[in-house]
Amino acid sequence: MDLGPYLLLASLEGAVQAAVLALTAVGLSLVFGVMRIVNVAHGEFFMLGAVFAWWIATFFGGHPAIGFIAALLIAPLLTGLVAVIVDWFVLKRLEYDPEGTIVATIGVLYIIQQVVLMTYGPDARPVEAPFNHRFYFPWFGYSSYKLFVIAAAIAILIGVWMIMAKTRIGLVLRATQLDRETATAFGIEVNRIYALVFGLGAALAAMAAVLIVPIQQAHYLMGGDPLLLSFIVVIIGGLGSLRGTVVAAALIGMSDGIISVFFTPTLAKILATLLVAMVLVYRPNGLFGTRSA
Amino acid sequence: MAAINLLTTRGLSRSFGGIKAVHNVNFELPAGEIHALIGPNGAGKTTFVGLLCGRISADSGQVFFSNEEITALPVHKRIARGIGYTFQITSIFSKLSLYENVSLAVHRSSGDKRRDFDIQISEALDSVGLLDRAYQIAGDMSYGHQRLLEIAMGMAQKPKLLILDEPTQGLAQSEIAGFNALLKSIVERSTILLIEHNMDVVMEIADKITVLDFGEILAHGTPEEIHANEDVQAAYLGKNNA
Amino acid sequence: MTANTKSWALHIALLVTLFTLQFVLPAYHQGNIARIMMLAVFAMGYNIMFGYTGLLSLGHALFFATGMYGMGLSIQHLGISPATAFVCGIVAALLVTATVGVLALRTSGVAFMIVTLMFAQSGYLAVLFFGEYTRGDEGFVIKQAQRVIASVDLADATNRYFAALLLFALCIAVTLKLVTSQFGHVLVAVRENEERAQMLGYDTFKYKLAAVLISGTISGVAGAGYGLLFGYVGANFATVQYSIYPLLWVLLGGAGTIMGPFFGTLFMFYLIDLASDLTSAYMLIAGVALVLLTLFARNGLMGEIRKRVLPWLP
Repeated sequence: MDLGPYLLLASLEGAVQAAVLALTAVGLSLVFGVMRIVNVAHGEFFMLGAVFAWWIATFFGGHPAIGFIAALLIAPLLTGLVAVIVDWFVLKRLEYDPEGTIVATIGVLYIIQQVVLMTYGPDARPVEAPFNHRFYFPWFGYSSYKLFVIAAAIAILIGVWMIMAKTRIGLVLRATQLDRETATAFGIEVNRIYALVFGLGAALAAMAAVLIVPIQQAHYLMGGDPLLLSFIVVIIGGLGSLRGTVVAAALIGMSDGIISVFFTPTLAKILATLLVAMVLVYRPNGLFGTRSA
Repeated sequence: MAAINLLTTRGLSRSFGGIKAVHNVNFELPAGEIHALIGPNGAGKTTFVGLLCGRISADSGQVFFSNEEITALPVHKRIARGIGYTFQITSIFSKLSLYENVSLAVHRSSGDKRRDFDIQISEALDSVGLLDRAYQIAGDMSYGHQRLLEIAMGMAQKPKLLILDEPTQGLAQSEIAGFNALLKSIVERSTILLIEHNMDVVMEIADKITVLDFGEILAHGTPEEIHANEDVQAAYLGKNNA
Repeated sequence: MTANTKSWALHIALLVTLFTLQFVLPAYHQGNIARIMMLAVFAMGYNIMFGYTGLLSLGHALFFATGMYGMGLSIQHLGISPATAFVCGIVAALLVTATVGVLALRTSGVAFMIVTLMFAQSGYLAVLFFGEYTRGDEGFVIKQAQRVIASVDLADATNRYFAALLLFALCIAVTLKLVTSQFGHVLVAVRENEERAQMLGYDTFKYKLAAVLISGTISGVAGAGYGLLFGYVGANFATVQYSIYPLLWVLLGGAGTIMGPFFGTLFMFYLIDLASDLTSAYMLIAGVALVLLTLFARNGLMGEIRKRVLPWLP
């Protein structure tokens, strides 16, 4: 294959990565932006989404599309519910103390991961794609489902943006983000907003997982990489900035494919984590962020 | 012979987001006096003393202390040269005992002898009347006592210049007389720069007064001069009526 | 008795008990206690930063693993004596700690936690990347012949126990001396109110850096010692899990206490040991413990004892 088609293929793969990563990272960024907390269990919500998807798809049986659509609707809801429970029983009691929250969500990470190990087991299981035609480019065929993933992720992101920019609830969220005390003074029930945001953040990660699970199998340890990559994206994009997060996700997802042409994946990861550490040390508002986080 | 200035600033300025909190201040503080810094809220008093002790960095201008320039020095080096600072909002180690609080303040200026060390701590606590509470946890005490502890910590540093940011705030009327006497005893060893809102206190104990308004020096003089100054009255009345 | 005498007496009593236990315990538990003592050294190192200075690191696996690999790799590839290799491990940990400390201390709070986490993650990935030397996930064994120092065979269970006890006792003595000194008091002052400490004339950056250096180096000693005593060096010790463990042990035992890390390690080690007989999901215990500790028992075991019974406990 020539370089041109090869780059096209790499970009397509990169775009799929970027799409899923953007969804996951926007969930993390939303939680950080509004609640000012870092959720270390975010990757486990991603994993829960994938595992729920497998269960739901298995439960419905029949044509793969039925199970998939059911999973896309129900898995994020269930995951969001788990997150709301975590918020209610743990984070609220800690009064969202930033350091305490990190330690507690590390605990939540292990609890979710190990409970899944006990119930779902150690195996990796696939969910069948709802459709799987192949598009034929002149040089290679490409799964139509992967193209759908890109489109779906973009649609969901536009949805999130619409909610934040155009609706009343979006206004309330932005008000809470700017100033918690004033929001309370205006009669906004901050506790309910926080529960909602934490649930929504987890649901976004779960949606990303449902989309990816026909390509990648569901496994109880699958939360680690999305967590790390989301961290990287959120930090590079500027903590709490949704636009920065999406731009950074696109950049990192896309370049991931291209970088790994030149470097081994491990070296790429080392460089990426060191870069993130350095960004936090020298540019704490992110590479693109201008306002203070 | 002119009095020796302990502290001098030249053209000291600092802005926050376009607002000139402190603007082109030339200030002289002779050694051995109690000097009060007054002015309406938002006049830049806390910013100004922040610039003196290094909590806030200056945009331009210079600070001299004991005839040496300290403008570029970090906080801890300025403290080492003899500037003590007590916070407007009480800032103590609330989980530690009074003894430990003061011992942290003493350490710098003492040698290694354990006995001397203990004596210095006891003296500082005694002078504010808290010696019998030395082993109480600081955070368990009343607000007034915490303020006194804060002053004891400032004294224990044995600074050449002690900056007190609204020390009487939150003190009961009955405590204020004792406080005035305390300051008069401190000034025998340290020059005092005092930010204060309580004009009774200022009029009673200050040797000189500087009035800040909108980040600039509005007036400077003895309590009597300041009392008679029309600009000062206008600034205060104007603010109070607004 | 002064508080100081009492605390030395108490800690010496703990060491004497541990010494005696060697003659009483069955082989299995003897091995466990030796491990626990080495891991407790790790936790005590962590505690200098977290418990006494208030710096929450999520990257201490890096320092532990640097000590371990610094020791292991120099035995394996440079062919030097175990004693020299042990020192190499400690020096390596010191250097890595200094680099991470200077960079990470430019941040604070949550950013500090993430920066340390990221550095540790790159350390772990580096172990995998240089698999040619480190043998990656699989790790490598240090042979018995390479574990003899001054004709004492550290592979022997009894020798190993006493070597672990020696390091543990040294670490108790050093940290006890440290935290009761004026230096230790300043660290606590930084933890309680950094701005005030600065306004009392302390260069808080220097104090924090010193705390990081001591903490990381002790963790490196623990890593080098663990590798040498138990004869295995593996990437597992560089994973995030080994950054979380010391946090968990210290929280459980009591942050900012000398003996807390030991008891925290002891309890958690046996709890996980028991749980892993029952289920492969034994890390569930760690997760539940972390959540419960942050919610209900921030003082930990020794912290509660200090609060209720022994206020002089260092």
